[in-house]
This record gives sequence, C-alpha cells and structure tokens, in this order.
Amino acid sequence: MDLSAIDPITLFVGLVSAATPLLFAAIGELVVEKSGVLNLGVEGMMIIGAVCGFAAATTAGSSAVGFVAGAAGGAALALLFGVMTQYFLTNQVATGLALTLFGLGLAALIGQPFTGIKPPPFHGLDIPVLSDLPVLGRMFFRYDIVLYLGVGLIALVWVFLNRTRTGLILRAVGENHDAAHSLGYPVVKIRLAAIAFGGACAGVGGSYLSLVRVPQWTEGMTAGTGWIALAIVVFAAWKPWRILLGAWLFGGVTILQLNLQASGFLSWLQSLGIPMQAQYLSMTPYLVTILVLVVISADRTRAALNAPGCLGRSFTQSG
Amino acid sequence: MLRLEPRTSASPLVEAITPVGAVIATMVAGGCLFALLGKNPFEAIHMIFVAPLLDPYSRSEMLIKATPLVLIALGLSFGFRAGVWNIGAEGQYVMGGLAGSAVALAFWNVEGAWLLPLMVLAGMAGGCLWAMIPAVLKVRFNANEILVSLMLVYVAGLFLSAMVSGPLKDPQGFNFPQSRLFHDSARLPVLLEGSRVHVGVLVALAAVVLAQVLLHRHMFGFNVRLLGQAPRAAAFSGVNANRLTVICLALSGSLAGLAGIFEVAGPIGQLQPSLPVGYGFTAIIVAFLGRLSPIGILLAGLVMALTYIGGETAQFALGIPKAAISVFQGMLLFFLLAADLLTRYRIARIRRGVV
Repeated sequence: MDLSAIDPITLFVGLVSAATPLLFAAIGELVVEKSGVLNLGVEGMMIIGAVCGFAAATTAGSSAVGFVAGAAGGAALALLFGVMTQYFLTNQVATGLALTLFGLGLAALIGQPFTGIKPPPFHGLDIPVLSDLPVLGRMFFRYDIVLYLGVGLIALVWVFLNRTRTGLILRAVGENHDAAHSLGYPVVKIRLAAIAFGGACAGVGGSYLSLVRVPQWTEGMTAGTGWIALAIVVFAAWKPWRILLGAWLFGGVTILQLNLQASGFLSWLQSLGIPMQAQYLSMTPYLVTILVLVVISADRTRAALNAPGCLGRSFTQSG
Repeated sequence: MLRLEPRTSASPLVEAITPVGAVIATMVAGGCLFALLGKNPFEAIHMIFVAPLLDPYSRSEMLIKATPLVLIALGLSFGFRAGVWNIGAEGQYVMGGLAGSAVALAFWNVEGAWLLPLMVLAGMAGGCLWAMIPAVLKVRFNANEILVSLMLVYVAGLFLSAMVSGPLKDPQGFNFPQSRLFHDSARLPVLLEGSRVHVGVLVALAAVVLAQVLLHRHMFGFNVRLLGQAPRAAAFSGVNANRLTVICLALSGSLAGLAGIFEVAGPIGQLQPSLPVGYGFTAIIVAFLGRLSPIGILLAGLVMALTYIGGETAQFALGIPKAAISVFQGMLLFFLLAADLLTRYRIARIRRGVV
C-alpha cells in the first residue's frame, strides 16, 4: 500500500468539491423544513437538476446556462410537490417518495440522448496573488465560482433566518402554522416559496454533480446523495452552519474511501490475508450516514427541541 | 367559489373509484407523454394496458411479476397504516434473495425436499433481520427509519455485488459475477406447463387472505389501524408503539425477503448482481394504489405487473424508452395521492355573501 500517494492537500480539495452537491441540497432542504414542510423528494429534484443542467449546458455550450437550467428544473419539480401537498393536502412522506420515483424516471427519459458526451469544461477561478499562494492557494482559492456561492449561500440563509423579518415569519410558519395564520401570514404561499427555493438548491447541487464532479450524465447518478442530504439536515439540527460541517464530513468520507480504493489499500489487505472487496469501501458513506443519524437522534430532547414544530403536518384553513 | 369540507365519514364509493380514476388519468397523461416522444399514444396505451391481457404467455408472466409486488406491498401496508415508513424494502428483498441463495449454494450437490423450505426460511430471516436494523435504531435511538432503511438499500446492493463476485461466485463461471445455477430441488416447482408460473403465486394469494384476516379480525390489525389514525388514543388504550414498530418492520422485511428468494429460486435460477430491479420501490406504489387493503393490493399488483409486461413489449415494438415506464408509474402515484383529497374532503360550493 502506498499511503504516501494520498496527498492531504489533494484530499482536502477533493473533499470540499465532493461536499458541494450535498451542501446545496441540504441547505435548500433546511429552509423547506424550517417552513414546516418535509420534502423527501430531494433525490428526485437533484437528479432532475443534474439532467436539466447537463442537457442545457451541452446544448448551449455554457456551464452557467446549465446551472440556471438545473435550478429551474429542480424548482419546477419541487412546485409539483408544493401544489400536491399545499393545495391537495397529500401526505408529505408519500408525495416526497412519489417525487423521487417520478424524478428518477423522468431524468432517465430526458437524459437518454445525452449519455456518453462531455459537458463544457468548468474551470476554477484564477484570483491574482491569492490563487498563487503556496498551499493555501490550492486549498482555498482555486475552486470554481459555484462552490464559493454554495458556502456564501449558507451564510445568506443564516442571515435570512436569524436576522430578517421574513426569515422570522418563515420560522413562525414552521413552528406553528395555526398561530402564523391567525396573525395574517400567508402560510401556503410562504411554504410554496420555501419549497421552490429548496428545489432550486437541489437542482444546482445535481447540476454540480453532472457538470463538475463526474462530469457526464449517467442514469441514477445521484446514487443516494439526495437522501444523504436529508440526513445532513437532521445532523445539522436545522442550523445552517452545521450543514457546512455535515457536508464536509460526508465529502471527506467519500473522498477518503475513493482514495483508499485507488491507493492499493485493498491489495495490501489481501497480502495480509484479509480479502476485502472494493464494494465494502463503497458502503462507507451510507454506513456513516446511519451512524451519524443514530448519534444525533439518540439525544431525544435535543433533537425534539430543534425540529420545527409543524414539520410534516398539512395546513388546512378551518372555519 | 368552491371550497373543501372535511368528510365526517369515509365514502366507500369514492374510496373504490379514486384508484380507478387515477389509473385512467395516468393513461391520459401517459398518452400525452408518448405523443411528445413522437409515438402513437393510442397504440402505446393499447400495447401496455390491453395487449398483455390477450396473450396467454403475457398473462402468465403478469402473475410472476405481480407475486413479488403483492408480497412486498402487503408487508409495507401494515407499516404505512401505523405510520412506520419502511422504504427500504428493496434492500430487504435483496438480502432475502441473498440469504436463501446462500443456503441453496451451501447444499449445492445435495438433493432433498427439505432444501426449498429451508431456503425460504433463510430468505425470510434475511429480509427480516435487515429490516430489524432500522427497527432497532428507531426504537432504541430514535433514528429516522425512512433514512436508515433507504441507506441500507445501497448497502445491500453493494453487499450482493461483493458476494456474487466473491464467496458466492460460480467457480466454473469464467469469473463472471454470478453464482452457480441452482439445481432442481432448489428451484420453485412450476405450476403451469410451458410457463414460468411458480408456487410463489399461490403463496402470494395465501398471504393476501392471511393479511386480510390479520388486519380486520385480529387485535394486531386493530392496533395498527388505531396507532395510525389516533396515536394518542392508541397510547391511552395501552398500545405499545415501539413493539408495533418492530413487528411492522419485521413483517415487511420477512415478506420482502420471501419475495427475494422466490425471485431467485423461481424465474432467475441463480444469484445475479441484477437481482434488484426496483420491486421494493414499485411495491410502495402498489400499496397506495391498493389503498393499503390486502384485496386492493392484489388488484393493484396485477395492474402494476401489467404495465411492466406491456411496457417491455412497447419498448421493443415501439421503441419507447424503458424509463418512460417508471415515469408512468411515478405519475400514477401522484394522481392517486391527489385523488385521495376527494376521499377525505368533499367539494362544497360557497354561496356569495354568506361567509
């Protein structure tokens, strides 16, 4: 085994990049859940974002167009969920599942003509002086613009939720929709806006996968990223800054296991008489998700304290 | 102006009609989708929904497809009623198939009538144990069963892939990632000459009857319904929610595992990495389409099997992409959920000036 082939700086750079799709999807879902809606369709919105972004970027020859299209695709699918749950008052869990199943199928259908082609390249920034700094330049100042936007978005969401009146109203709607309604706030409209925002974020996250991370279109390419994003929201206890931590943690696990697979770790184990297949390493992000969920949820009082009061409950205007 | 008024009591007529309405709405929307793809919508709908019914071989294939769907959906329906969201049935199905196959391969050169029952038991145990992971984590640590059971689907798929390219690989298989072919005493007996219809079909039918009895004639079924509809009342009447959660997950895991081993020992005949084809997810749609009632699930399973068989024909004959069928199934669930509104609310007219 050649562990020295794993360069810590490359690892860090990979981690930050691998975390970006998760980060977008999770911060979007956080806003949705803060408004009291549980949208389990993140996986479906992400894959629609991935395919819309990819299709638009390759057709228009521009990654920027791709990201916008990805956001639009994710938001459109999210609005379908919004109309169903807010106007048709459907069960949010079931509708979220339907959204994922529908999204996966629709994405495969849209993506068919786009398999096997390459998207336009999307380069990192070249900031004068900063990008050329030794070590720090590589670690912090050479990413693409979307990645910085993701980190910026977390700060913006924090400011929005904690320092603006609209953010306070959104949280009130999530905590107690009946009280918010009796104060005259438009519960359904606020929730629809939050759902659309969440969809757009998931769409951008999906586009980042197909345009930057992979970069190509393959059926089912999100492979559970959307579900992991949902787990990150729980991990973050609905706090924006912790989303960053969660996304980086999972990005780190993904990158670490990929690097271990590439470094000959498995053949080294084999030489010690421990036969292990690559599949076991690939399981780690999913297993870590479960582990993290268990650790976070075990403290019942704290988990219950942070979760929005009306999470997952339908709102009907009575009287 | 129209507005929604909650129904004081459920209308059985509306409850029975809405799934039919959802299927029809899906046909219409699906027709539009096929027209968008440049296919003749009438021909496509006919090929998916009618043609398989006219052909004896397709009819028998329908039974084979419906079997795993009905088995899994029956198990899920109990949990869904009680508010236990096991959406990892696909993983439990894989682990059931894997555990049963491991038994079959362990006794590969042994003949005996005891082998098949042993495989079936192992399959059910495999699925059940896999479902016990989210159950225990939910009850003991309050971890969300939706996310845990779903994560385990990916883990199960990878585990299957590791097994068929490792310990369970066919030693004479030129390194292909698949197991040996099961010999005859490890295969499910075929019921109808010249088709692939196996004993599992009968088991699925028996399961429908058992589920119906369990749901409507047994305390367990009553408690499940109570917990789902009125959790507080359930708590006051002494229903142990944790115990019920574990039982619901055990039930759905076992049935998904049963479906898994039936699939391997029936139509496939060996362990392959392509075992998971999404039955565990489609079964969620089947459970809702059947209104979470056993008889309904039986009918819904047949309808869904029809779209699979018809969809395959349409794929070859009309060049309709495979993915279009999953879009179709997703749409069905949407229409169904939307139509549900009518079972819980009635649409009333508001007269102007009287508010």
